[in-house]
Amino acid sequence: MKRFALLCIALFFSLSLAAAADGNGELRFCLRSEPKTFNPLMVNDDASETIRYLTGGVLVRVNRLTQKPQPELATDWKISLAGRRIRFKLREGIRYSDGTPFTSADVVYTMQQLMDPALHSATGDAFRSGEGSVVAQAISPTAVEITFPAPVSNLVNLFDTVAIMSAQSPQKEMAALGPFYVAEHKAGAYILLKRNPNYWKKDSAGNPLPYLAAVRLDIEQNRDIEALRYSRGEIHLINDVSPATFEKLSHENPVMVRDAGASTDTEQLWFNQSPSAPIPEYKRTWFQSTQFRRAVSEAINREDLARVVFHGHAVPSTGIVPVTNKFWFNSDLKPHPYDTASALRRLQQDGFHLDQGTLRDRGGNAVEFSIITNAGNRSRESMAAMIQEDLKKIGIKVNVVTLDFSSLLERITQSYKYEACMLGTVNGDLDPNSQMTAWLSTGEDHIWNPKQKTPATAWEAEIDKLMHAQASAVDQRKRKAAWDQVQKIAWEQEPFLYLVNKDSLVAISPLVKNAEPSAFRPQTYWNVEELSLAH
Amino acid sequence: MKGIRIAAAAVLVMAFLVTVFAQFLAPAGYEHQFRDQPEARPSLQHPLGTDQLGRDSLARLLYGMRVSLLLAPLAAALSTLLAGLVGGLAGCFGGWTERVCTLLIDLFLAVPWLFLLITVRAALPLDISPAQSVVITFLLLGMLGWAASARVICAGARNLMRSEFVWSARAMGFSGFRLIRLHLLPNLRGALAAQFWISIPVFIIAEANLGALGLGVAEPLPSLGSLLKEIQEFVTLRSESWRLLPLFVLIAVVSAFQALLNREKVRA
Repeated sequence: MKRFALLCIALFFSLSLAAAADGNGELRFCLRSEPKTFNPLMVNDDASETIRYLTGGVLVRVNRLTQKPQPELATDWKISLAGRRIRFKLREGIRYSDGTPFTSADVVYTMQQLMDPALHSATGDAFRSGEGSVVAQAISPTAVEITFPAPVSNLVNLFDTVAIMSAQSPQKEMAALGPFYVAEHKAGAYILLKRNPNYWKKDSAGNPLPYLAAVRLDIEQNRDIEALRYSRGEIHLINDVSPATFEKLSHENPVMVRDAGASTDTEQLWFNQSPSAPIPEYKRTWFQSTQFRRAVSEAINREDLARVVFHGHAVPSTGIVPVTNKFWFNSDLKPHPYDTASALRRLQQDGFHLDQGTLRDRGGNAVEFSIITNAGNRSRESMAAMIQEDLKKIGIKVNVVTLDFSSLLERITQSYKYEACMLGTVNGDLDPNSQMTAWLSTGEDHIWNPKQKTPATAWEAEIDKLMHAQASAVDQRKRKAAWDQVQKIAWEQEPFLYLVNKDSLVAISPLVKNAEPSAFRPQTYWNVEELSLAH
Repeated sequence: MKGIRIAAAAVLVMAFLVTVFAQFLAPAGYEHQFRDQPEARPSLQHPLGTDQLGRDSLARLLYGMRVSLLLAPLAAALSTLLAGLVGGLAGCFGGWTERVCTLLIDLFLAVPWLFLLITVRAALPLDISPAQSVVITFLLLGMLGWAASARVICAGARNLMRSEFVWSARAMGFSGFRLIRLHLLPNLRGALAAQFWISIPVFIIAEANLGALGLGVAEPLPSLGSLLKEIQEFVTLRSESWRLLPLFVLIAVVSAFQALLNREKVRA
């Protein structure tokens, strides 16, 4: 009997300990791959970006709900010299996770490292506005001034991605100013982040933040398994849920998933217009014709794409900028209508004719082309199948070819051996400057006809002019006017046939408190300091 | 046993008839999208419901069976022929012939096929039709999937060459092609048939996996492999039993093949 009582007590204590372990707040979610780096200045992939967001301290943080910058390590800032200089006033008495004090020297050190050409930092590239070097200068221990060779648009928001590294700490980049620090890393399995004991933020009641004691990031590539683990309660969040999974989880329990609204990501189709592309000349003529592109666009039923492929969690796309990008969206534009009669009229005007259900050009060539897309992306494969069916109605035969991503990239960026391609764009940055290489005719990402020596068309020349104008202007209204015009030209000419803007679908366990999902990355944990777990 | 064999034969005959008369049995075209009824449950109009794009699942299953059940056996036949040729040569002639053939077999087993297939796909033209793409896929599978079978055939042929009846035949003046035709091939028939039947489901599944590389059957043509790929998430996330029918069809057809194979083995 005595032994049984002891056993019960031991069991009680072990259960209490287990409950306490759960109650101390270890948030769990999955990374889709191993982070390529822990150096916050070298981040170039989603997994590393997650680590940077959770561990890095930044001068300014863009609020994911209001889309406005708010003070973090910098309490105030001032831009001068027509956008070439920014001066930050820094918060005092802050320490890194290892106890090293934070000063203006750390900001100077970080900017020097970031702008070092030998580092090849993608984060640093965003600050390169012109020829010359960036000078960072400590004015005092709590003030720093950074001068750029030319005006940098959207300057303040760019600091959202610059995690300040310590110039002094022996732990180098592992010393964290953010809410968590990397405590454990088992390659290929998980990364354990623990609460930064020196984190500076407090809640309105004066309690130290973050509420969570730890964040465990399991590395899981398979999205179906990730969803299964979520439905079993093994993880708390999924940042990007596929529409099909969303529906299934919603069917199980509606509170398990949330639609955070239209994201800024776009899905688009484009035709290869490159003069050096090894495609028949008559097909190049079709692809270079605005009427042909507009006709194809009008023959695609975007409403159906949004409803069927994305289960209604998407909206027909208007153009470059999604409607969610409140400031930069040109509200005069509307999505292209689905109108096969109008599409056929445009084609007839361009010399095409229907011959026993087959569309033929002036030379009698049957209109047939292939659309390549990346294999394994079910939504994209479904969209391609629907477009194939839509275009059949106007006599166009489409062959859908799915390729592994590296073969696809080789075709669209090097050999140009393709006719049309369908891919998506992840627009993390809301500012038009982030799209410079896509819209300048000289750009490598001007994907329908890249690296042009001189603009191939008058409208591309006009876009070049407008893009340069918006990039060099500091006045936001002037920039907006120029960017609106670019959107209008892109809408009329349709080098990209924008299809849909997907909603940001997320899964947040009911156990997670204070979650306010945003349509912008990182959707579920952008306010990670305030998240807590219910016991 | 006889009852099982009759049932197996019935399954195969039925599968064959279904594939031949798919266009008469299907309630709709396999590519027709009923966009107002995506992922519909079974109904009179759609006895097996519809897929994500509203395409009739029964029609896709019937046509998918046609593609897979006609082409997978052809690919298996090609693969078995190559395995029999290389393995048989190695086992019968021994010496440097065996060494060369074994080297070839080892080479085929060692080559990273995934990368080779990606390269092959990258080299193929983009404007091939779905029908051409499916033929190319199974042809590739047949040409590449023979090496493991060849080892089995090689070992079988080697053992036969050492057997007493072959020694007797040789002593009686049988040699070369006559010896192979009259004494070796009849005795290797069981092993060859086994390799043939085993290859069929392997190729059907391989075709499904190749879809992830862009080498599988192109839209909108269905195959058993692509239908199996579609049900992957249903298996993990929810139970809609009718969606598992392609899996059961595959199991039934392969089991029927195996049941008849056993009979062949008994005869052999």
